[in-house]
Amino acid sequence: MSGTILLGIDGSEGGARALDFVKQWTQSCSGRIVVAYVIEWSPYSFNTPQENAERHRRREEELEQAQASVLEPVVAQLKAAGFEATGVIQHGHAAKTLVRIADEEQAHMIVVGRRGQSAMKTMLFGSVASTLVQLANVPVTVVP
Amino acid sequence: MSADNENCTNQQGYSMVYLILLLGLLIPGAAMAASLDELIDRAVSPVSDALTNIIFYELNLGFANIPFIVVWLVTGATFFTLYFRFINLRAMKHSVRLIRGDYTDPNATGDVTHFQALATALSGTVGLGNIAGVAIAVSTGGPGATFWMILAGLLGMSSKFTECTLGVKYRRVNEDGTISGGPMYYLSHGIAENYPALAGFGKALAMIFAVFCIGGAIGAGSMFQTNQAFGQLLVITGGDSSPLADYGWAFGAVIAVLVGLVIIGGIRSIAKVTEKIVPFMGALYVLVGLIIIISNIGALPAAFGAIINGAFSPEGVAGGAIGVLILGFRRAAFSNEAGVGSAAIAHSAVKTNEPVTEGLVALYEPFVDTVVICTITALVIIITGAVDPNTSMEGVALTSRAYASVFEWFPYLLFFAVLLFAFSTTISWSYYGVKSWTYLVGEGKGKELVFKVIIMISVILGASVNLAAVMNLADSMILVMSVPNLIGVYLLTPIVKRELDSYWGRYKRGELKVYR
Repeated sequence: MSGTILLGIDGSEGGARALDFVKQWTQSCSGRIVVAYVIEWSPYSFNTPQENAERHRRREEELEQAQASVLEPVVAQLKAAGFEATGVIQHGHAAKTLVRIADEEQAHMIVVGRRGQSAMKTMLFGSVASTLVQLANVPVTVVP
Repeated sequence: MSADNENCTNQQGYSMVYLILLLGLLIPGAAMAASLDELIDRAVSPVSDALTNIIFYELNLGFANIPFIVVWLVTGATFFTLYFRFINLRAMKHSVRLIRGDYTDPNATGDVTHFQALATALSGTVGLGNIAGVAIAVSTGGPGATFWMILAGLLGMSSKFTECTLGVKYRRVNEDGTISGGPMYYLSHGIAENYPALAGFGKALAMIFAVFCIGGAIGAGSMFQTNQAFGQLLVITGGDSSPLADYGWAFGAVIAVLVGLVIIGGIRSIAKVTEKIVPFMGALYVLVGLIIIISNIGALPAAFGAIINGAFSPEGVAGGAIGVLILGFRRAAFSNEAGVGSAAIAHSAVKTNEPVTEGLVALYEPFVDTVVICTITALVIIITGAVDPNTSMEGVALTSRAYASVFEWFPYLLFFAVLLFAFSTTISWSYYGVKSWTYLVGEGKGKELVFKVIIMISVILGASVNLAAVMNLADSMILVMSVPNLIGVYLLTPIVKRELDSYWGRYKRGELKVYR
């Protein structure tokens, strides 16, 4: 198989398992891997004026931190294993943003880990993996 | 101003602040005395009376006497409406798309959106002005005051557009990456850039504005808010005979501690909870109001008739139609703060390369605040016939009674709504106050702390003084901010015009990038 795979990570165990899965199953292929990290954020939240004034700086800090501690190591691992890999960080709704990045990058598949949360928690807060399965325009692989 | 501050070597404008600080120090010691409320009232009343006399100085226009400040604000709003050819109405559709994010690049997310800037500014303005202010206007000026409030709200949209565009255009990115904006910056930098000869004048305007803004944060932003919240607490616990009647200072102390936890302690969870509940409370307030109006839909034409008739030929109102107009305009200005300059501080944090876009988004602030929410409150008061002809001036108690005549449980809900509105407005205004304070005395954690403590003391004071004294002080302080602000905005109007013409031209030619 050749093509682009979008790997969604969030710095958790699930993301690490998704990375292992991609490395294991696509080792022999000449494909491109886009690693995406979405920082959960809503354009419609209510903030205090103080938070708004600091928001620009905080955003930069969040991006820098995500880049250095989560994205870079994963991209480096993939490159070391011989893959062509690039990284993307964005703020937004996790599932919706992954779908949009997949469309823009013309990915053939999305791979994510799952958090394995309880049914109660999913009912209250939803699940990125299951929302993604419903929204995506390409096949989604959820790594347990 | 007071002459009893011999130690005060600072500027004249600070003496008020020191007086309040001094009073605050009395509180722990005198806490046992039942007459503390009266004591504070006696101390604040002369200050508020003196200020009110200056700010509401009446101009004799031949046919009537009109307070200077009302003429000032209405002239400004009308001028901006005409100068920008009814931007308040013609941009409403485009501005909804801006708020929805249709023109925002989805790849540049994570910064302050138009929606967030508007929501933050609204949480500073939607509050007691909408609930208590309307009640005051209708109880003193009759139903007709509503008409003038709506008109002032519509015109005020143009003032907001102009000042918020300037707020974004002349904002500053500080060394630590935070953003500072508002009248202090456009008055000083904006005027200096465009009128080099007037640079000193601009700087002076900015400083005067900052002094008044500090007063506004203390008066309308803190004292008035707790005053009305405590008023509603008395309503639900038995009115004048409430066992809590003499404990205003204690209520104020509790709120002051909560405010302190957020603004000094940086306890974000309290602010987060408030931010989640405030919009919900606002929506619930509007919804209940609409239910009352719809269930009395038969009375609606008569209510509108009373509003129109009362606006032009009122009965039994001092000053006739002009008297009603003044009341309506004054309460509208107090509620939506158009022309006052406060909102320009909140709006300036938005992420945009086009200052005009935030001005257009800001149009919705007076619209939601005055045209929608105030009108609903007024209609409920009129339809339920809750106005008591024997009482001269009433605030939140009147609104509470009007709603309670349909839904008995409403006063309890209203107490929580008022409490939350008061809290969020105090948080917002304390920020405006801090920005003005640090503009004057310089940046620094210690300097900020001094002001934040002053805010906490004002919160306690607000719950301890009577309605008239607090109202007058709050009105004076907040409205007088419009004097330096509008002088500068007039000077900078051509810059806004240039920005608007460029932007609107590109919009009309379809040159703006639409993302959805």
